[in-house]
Amino acid sequence: MSSVMKIENLQAKIGDKQILKGLNLELEAGKVHAIMGPNGAGKSTLSKALVGHYDIEVLDGDITYKGKSIVEMEAEERALEGIFLSFQHPVEIPGVNNAYFLRTALNAKRKHEGKEELNAAEFLRLMKSHLEMLGMKSDMISRSLNEGFSGGEKKRNEILQMLILEPEVIILDEIDSGLDIDALRAVSEGINKMKDGKRTFLVITHYSRILDYIEPDYIHVLKDGKVIKTAGPELVPYLEEHGYDGIEEE
Amino acid sequence: MANEGLDKAVSGEYALGFEIDIETETVPPGLDENTIRFISKKKNEPEWMLELRLKALKKWESMTEPHWAKLEYDSIDYQSISYFAAPKEGIDSLDEVDPKILEAYEKLGISLEEQKQLAGVKVAVDAVVDSVSVKTTYAEELAEHGIIFCSISEAIENHPELVKKYMFSVVPMADNYFAALNSAVFTDGTFVYIPKGVRCPMELSTYFRINAINTGQFERTLIVADEGSYVSYNEGCSAPTRDDNQLHAAVVELVILKDAEIKYSTIQNWYPGDETGKGGIYNFVTKRAVCEGENAKVSWTQVETGSAITWKYPSCILKGDNSVGEFYSVAVTTLAQQADTGTKMIHLGKNTSSTIISKGISAMKGQNTYRGLVKIGSNATGSRNYSECDSLLIGSQCGAHTFPYLESKDTKGQVEHEATTSKISDEQLFYLRQRGINEEDAVSMIVHGFCKQVFSQLPMEYAVEAKALLELTLEGSVG
Repeated sequence: MSSVMKIENLQAKIGDKQILKGLNLELEAGKVHAIMGPNGAGKSTLSKALVGHYDIEVLDGDITYKGKSIVEMEAEERALEGIFLSFQHPVEIPGVNNAYFLRTALNAKRKHEGKEELNAAEFLRLMKSHLEMLGMKSDMISRSLNEGFSGGEKKRNEILQMLILEPEVIILDEIDSGLDIDALRAVSEGINKMKDGKRTFLVITHYSRILDYIEPDYIHVLKDGKVIKTAGPELVPYLEEHGYDGIEEE
Repeated sequence: MANEGLDKAVSGEYALGFEIDIETETVPPGLDENTIRFISKKKNEPEWMLELRLKALKKWESMTEPHWAKLEYDSIDYQSISYFAAPKEGIDSLDEVDPKILEAYEKLGISLEEQKQLAGVKVAVDAVVDSVSVKTTYAEELAEHGIIFCSISEAIENHPELVKKYMFSVVPMADNYFAALNSAVFTDGTFVYIPKGVRCPMELSTYFRINAINTGQFERTLIVADEGSYVSYNEGCSAPTRDDNQLHAAVVELVILKDAEIKYSTIQNWYPGDETGKGGIYNFVTKRAVCEGENAKVSWTQVETGSAITWKYPSCILKGDNSVGEFYSVAVTTLAQQADTGTKMIHLGKNTSSTIISKGISAMKGQNTYRGLVKIGSNATGSRNYSECDSLLIGSQCGAHTFPYLESKDTKGQVEHEATTSKISDEQLFYLRQRGINEEDAVSMIVHGFCKQVFSQLPMEYAVEAKALLELTLEGSVG
């Protein structure tokens, strides 16, 4: 298999508490990987470690992306290289225009890739085309970033950013939490649109609900800071019935 | 993580700290009756003005420097300051400004040559260097509309009836210690009169430059908007980088008659001193507007990024029924800067309304205080005030303080006050960085968002300048 990201013996702590305890995981390029596991297993910590969040201190092990170690890489550098995190709780930034923010982010990426920056008109056309697909109102262009957004609006806005930035590795941290059925459909549609056999997805979730919409290729069970089992999508109904307790480390 | 790099990102360099290489005539340091007589004579003032100055000096001598503000500084030695400094050339003939001064103003982004201005946007400028106005542009064109736009010295000479009527009418000469000092020693400043029913066809502005060493700047501005008139006025300022503190004590008086409106915007960028607190301007300013007539409106917008010490409370006396007062402020303190600033809204007329939007940004060792008074008098029935005071902290060594005072004699008056203090949170910064925006741009994006309500009040070209200035102040050190 051709792997885009490889996590080897990753040990990481938040504050004084070690959360990841020798985690191994290989992400196959172009595939959808789902990470499932009980509360406190280290799912969010893993997503934070991959994007270089300041809470995380890596104690040992390595994360390689396209063959290069990224453990020492700044967060913005990883983003520019194509790693995207859809946040579980997107933060509100008052007074910062949503379109302005997104255009700045896109142009930072384009510049990094040696492409021409988009002007305001070009960008607006691009943004509008995605808004409609996600069922978002056009006032999303002028509203402040996530400010006063409902839970569903925030998640749709994360997906909007993903569509515009076109990342290569997409980490979706509890993307379905707090979504009603319409929002879930819209969000899934956005995600499925990005599935082109080249982009890689890491879907972090408690519940199997989202997996009805985004079909995973692999299920990884995370428990006590380690991946204890990797299987195909047939594992999902088993987990639903038996929970995580019956899964033994392989 | 966020604090590393952040300090570096907010210790902006002061870009306007150059010195204009001109010969200056300076009076020796010290303040007594002789100093006042010297200044008055230098300006060829009539006897009545000299009398008023001497009266102000007497009052000032009987007063003591106030220390109620949340500001820490060594006491000022008023006898060590020189109270008059003027560029040697160009004083006698307003048409012949020293090319070095023209060049310096070009460097500051201000053209003193009318024909050089960009087509479309005309801005008339009164340029003040140290104690004198060196050039006033578009005065003739404005005169065709009956508008008087000149230095205050010229106004005293040519329009004594207006000066006598309005000067000290809003800020009495002994209003406070610094106003009294200014009343005695004020050297130049701007005078504007907009006649009845005239809408001023261009932006008016004054640019103050302190250049001489060891001098204070004491300007006085008086703007009168007659019935039904409108004017938008802007002031800017800067000073060279020096190790000694320099005193700036100005007075601004605005008179707004029935149905008239004044929009007054300030971009204050005096030299702030260094990160240890060495050098910088001591900025003690009294600004007040009186809405004399019905439906009069005044709006103060200030962007305060400079000065080591700022003590400033642009105020509105809402005398006329239905009159409106507004105060929009962004105050930035970084390095070791301290600011104690805010406003007073005095509601006297019926159905008067006021709005206060104050945004304080503190970084490094900066200390930022909002101090505001809303007073609703017994006759001011149906009056309303809305206040919003927000503070943004960048890093952990800085401070923000809020002192809102409210006195209401009208039980039905509607007063709303909201105050928030927020930190640029690590989560906000991280969110932007995860989208590929570098830390410096992320800080600047969050800060601009925070200031948006105030910047939207500035005339367009000044809003652009204010944004650029904010960027420079908060993130000039890299790149």
